[in-house]
Amino acid sequence: MPVATRVRWAVIAATSVALVATGCSSSSSSSSGTNANGVVQAWWGDPQNPLEPVNTNEVNGGAVLNMIFTGLVSYDPKTSKASNANADSITSTDQQNWTVKLKPGWKFSDGTTVTASSYVDAWNYGALVTNKQVNASFFQYVQGYNDVAPPTGAPTAQTMSGLKVVDDNTFTVALSQKFSTWPQTLGYSAYYPVPKSFFTDHAAYLNKPVGNGPYLIQSWTRSQKMQLRPNTAYSGTNKPKNGGIDLKVYTDTNAAYADLQSGNLDLDNGIPNSALKTIQTDLNGRYINEPAGIIQTISFPLYQVDWNTDNAKLVRQGISMAIDRATITKVVFTSTRTPATDWTSPVLGDAGGYKAGLCGSVCNFDAAKAKQLIQQGGGIPGGQLTISYNADGPHKEWVDAVCNSINNAMGDTKSCVGRPVGTFADFRNQVTTKQMTGAFRTGWQMDYPLIQDFLQPVYTTGASSNDSHYSNAQFDALVSKANADADVTQSVTDFQTAEKMLATDLPAIPLWYQNGTAGWSSKVSNVMLDPFSVPVYSEITVK
Amino acid sequence: MPDQDKYNEADPLSEAGTGEEEMPSAVESRTFDLGTMEGQSLIKAERLADHPETPAIEDRVVARSLWQDAWRDLRRNPIFIISGLLIIFLVVMAIWPGLFTSTDPLKCDLSKSQQGAESGHPFGFDTQGCDVYSRTVHGARASITVGVCATAGAALTGTVLGGLAGFFGGWLDSVVSRIADIFFGIPILLGGLVFLSVIPSQSIWIVVAFIVVLGWPQLARIGRGAVITAKQQDYVTAARALGAGNARLMLRHILPNAVAPIIVVATIALGTYIALEATLSFLGVGLKPPTVSWGIDISSAADTFRNAPHMLLYPAGALSLTVLAFIMLGDAVRDALDPKLR
Amino acid sequence: MGRYVLRRLLQMIPVFIGTTFLIFVMVHALGDPVNALFGDKAPDPAVAAQIRAQYNLNDPLWLQYVKYMGNLFRWDFGTTFSGQTVTSLLATAYPATLKLTAVAFTIEVVFGIGFGLISGLRRGGVADNSVLILTLVVISIPTFVTGYVLQYLIGVKWGIVPATAGDPLTLQSLLLPGIVLASVSLAYVARLTRTTVAENSKADYVRTATAKGLPRRRVVINHLLRNSLIPVVTFLGTDLGALMGGALVTERIFNIHGVGFYLYQGIVRQNSNTVVGFVTILVIVFLAANLLVDLLYAVLDPRIRYA
Repeated sequence: MPVATRVRWAVIAATSVALVATGCSSSSSSSSGTNANGVVQAWWGDPQNPLEPVNTNEVNGGAVLNMIFTGLVSYDPKTSKASNANADSITSTDQQNWTVKLKPGWKFSDGTTVTASSYVDAWNYGALVTNKQVNASFFQYVQGYNDVAPPTGAPTAQTMSGLKVVDDNTFTVALSQKFSTWPQTLGYSAYYPVPKSFFTDHAAYLNKPVGNGPYLIQSWTRSQKMQLRPNTAYSGTNKPKNGGIDLKVYTDTNAAYADLQSGNLDLDNGIPNSALKTIQTDLNGRYINEPAGIIQTISFPLYQVDWNTDNAKLVRQGISMAIDRATITKVVFTSTRTPATDWTSPVLGDAGGYKAGLCGSVCNFDAAKAKQLIQQGGGIPGGQLTISYNADGPHKEWVDAVCNSINNAMGDTKSCVGRPVGTFADFRNQVTTKQMTGAFRTGWQMDYPLIQDFLQPVYTTGASSNDSHYSNAQFDALVSKANADADVTQSVTDFQTAEKMLATDLPAIPLWYQNGTAGWSSKVSNVMLDPFSVPVYSEITVK
Repeated sequence: MPDQDKYNEADPLSEAGTGEEEMPSAVESRTFDLGTMEGQSLIKAERLADHPETPAIEDRVVARSLWQDAWRDLRRNPIFIISGLLIIFLVVMAIWPGLFTSTDPLKCDLSKSQQGAESGHPFGFDTQGCDVYSRTVHGARASITVGVCATAGAALTGTVLGGLAGFFGGWLDSVVSRIADIFFGIPILLGGLVFLSVIPSQSIWIVVAFIVVLGWPQLARIGRGAVITAKQQDYVTAARALGAGNARLMLRHILPNAVAPIIVVATIALGTYIALEATLSFLGVGLKPPTVSWGIDISSAADTFRNAPHMLLYPAGALSLTVLAFIMLGDAVRDALDPKLR
Repeated sequence: MGRYVLRRLLQMIPVFIGTTFLIFVMVHALGDPVNALFGDKAPDPAVAAQIRAQYNLNDPLWLQYVKYMGNLFRWDFGTTFSGQTVTSLLATAYPATLKLTAVAFTIEVVFGIGFGLISGLRRGGVADNSVLILTLVVISIPTFVTGYVLQYLIGVKWGIVPATAGDPLTLQSLLLPGIVLASVSLAYVARLTRTTVAENSKADYVRTATAKGLPRRRVVINHLLRNSLIPVVTFLGTDLGALMGGALVTERIFNIHGVGFYLYQGIVRQNSNTVVGFVTILVIVFLAANLLVDLLYAVLDPRIRYA
């Protein structure tokens, strides 16, 4: 009972805050210039999947989960360094068996306590195949995953044997392989805890998810608007500096940008490409353009005989050198991309494994050398390079520009041509069922800021996102070794040694690192983007 | 549909009251309304029976069919001449783009992106740094082929099916109209994705075929409505009473009088089909790059109108000119076929 | 008349079944939607299999269709991949779209017929040439450009009307999207009216009416316009459904969560529940509109009769 009362009070408090904020937002501006009750109107898109932690793998659902949950660790928005949040400590002696201790006394916004079972139950739910969670594979390194999610047939267990609750604030995790940087992965949304109500009344939970983060969901009109207000029971350090966030669903990024310009929207992190040329003047400089953990690449179907020869390697190198990344990023992307010179991202920082120039001369534009290499390799397999992309995404412009760059280098307007595929689904089907005969676009957005995440899931043999089906035993061995290294510096060095092999084998050509961009109204300030290109909502202040 | 009882009803609209008069004289007094070879030759035939005349006159009359009449009118119509010259010009451009430019539309220099006109490049450059003038000239072939062929196909299919449905009514009308309804219901995007991704070739004829499949129901509805109106007219009743067969009725009496709305809709549709090709290309299911078309250039210029309006202006201008030519042609042909306006 | 309407209503049944089946097959032909749910990652095969089972994607196509129709009769349109019921989407989308369509349709009818009448009565005059130029402009410049330009100038720069329609939808905020949506159809209606008015203005009954000394106003409206409207009404009938289902571009520009937008999302995400649900209702609109048009023929021209 006492718990329920407190919840009701919390809701009433939040509602009154909202009333104050919406009713008197203009008159209540205090003399100090910021209004702690001010509500930020922010851009949003419809989440693709139900808002369950393990079922969310795209940025819109992720943005909300990030606000209403705080996991075991969190990442510094500036340096991307992982530090304990809800976890008090995560320790291991052998990099394989881990003990997680929670900070006691954390609460969900419904008033229930966050315990070790909140995590273990959530993870077991997420991994169990019959729950159909799209990010279930994030638990693949936990012992017993194959019992709850066998590749075929029904699960033989309901829970993973590697997860054990020790007491209210302690649980242990046994992994199936050594993974020294595992604790740093735990800030990802798949690892969030869930309250009891998640299991007792799942349908109600999906209508209004409850978490342990800085914000709580006050109301949610599907496909229209979600109102988030500060969670007064929040125990973390990143308490909101504003009176709440109203997420408005937009049908189109241009519509949001028009609203931003006319003052109906405060924060827009879905800036359309077409606005970039005029955004500085449109918004009087209220615009940021910061590196994010996203890299764009062009992959090759190494499962096609033509593309899997030593000569094809030369051709791939030539193609890479024929692409004028500097001009394309400047002209087509208005400098919201940076030419890539490795296979990771600058947000990792040098200590985290980013190494500018690791790719070497292969990633430098040199038209003459490019033509020579391609000819030396016997020309482009099939006589013409096609670059496939999904037409429902904003890819046509840069694919055309890349092709023109290659055509100019070859002195032949028919060397390279873009190949649009109608939908993302069709495109992914062609990629996963190995139907590609030419090059195709690939992109990788990091799940957590670790060099491991840029290499292991993408380039090890049989990995889930190894779309080019690259296979190099040496590369695999180095990744395993790096994962087992107890010392972080050594681990990073081993990963980079592995990464260097990509520069000669070139299963994928690095194109550019993608930035996150956002514009905001004169009503708000202190807008930042985290390394996942999501705004740091809790830090925004309202005038 | 019980057409028969309609013939006996008084026509409240034709206050001239011709309905009461004897049929032959009614026909004679309304030669302007008939304006058709059918009506005239009938009259002549009767007159020949009563007052035999020289065969030369009959030859002259028979030779001057409806379509020849129209052609004689057209040749004197300045609007027809202007539109005809314009269309010849566009067709020449479509067939021999090399006559107008020697610049390769696919040779692009990104460093010139969105720059304005300069010597040798009168229309400036697009985002990729390609020459806009050259692309506008080379785009004519794909765009005009799609526009003209798709319009012709849709108008022909639509007019025939809709016309038959309107003329005969009954179950034929039901079947054709309901099939059209189903086709109306298919969203363009879905149809495009399915039709054009199942058939991987993406040649220009596939795009044309798709637009015809999508476009015929509208023209069928228009054609059906026009035929239903036309077949109630007195001269049709008259011709039928004089023993004209269905085919004769449809071709000689109803078609010329029902063709006006079809021409209007078809000429505008020509422009929208050229634009539709762009939408399909934009969705990745239309013409394959490196094909150059006005539609593709218009849609890629749409985003940049604030920075580089010239990218939109020239291909859109070329599209306007084409539509203008066909609207003028349509107007002239319609006038020529309509005896009331003579 | 009553029997005719009844027969037409009965014809809706095969059309309804035909359309739903056709759309069902078409969405199916787009391929497997499940891979895309996993983004750029290859799906976990076990999870993917479970999702396929949930949406009956492993069944043969005819069985999927039978199951879908069975649910439909219990007013269960299924769910989207994000867990929303399609009925709730229909309930948000159709009211928004109906409002937008009503505004656009009114603009189309009033201005289209008005412009067409003026230019048809004075062929070659200023009004006639203006309509011609307007036609050329709306055809050659795509809606998304006119939409953005109007939004930028009127909504953002001058602030005369809201830049986006937002929520709730007001008449004022729907004015701009209405104009944009109506623009191409407006050109059709104006030119159709112009041509038929020009054609009929030389007709005997108009001459007679004028000769009888009827006021010009009456001649134009009762005699001339009424007889010129059949092709226009036909076009309007075909256009009503097109306005509702094809408003995607306008809806996106002005942030209206309507039919076109959800239909687009459903198609791109290959969710047959959404697509079939929305198209089903659209087809009913088409059928109703066309029935109405056929009945209007008889009103406009009493010589046309239905039994």
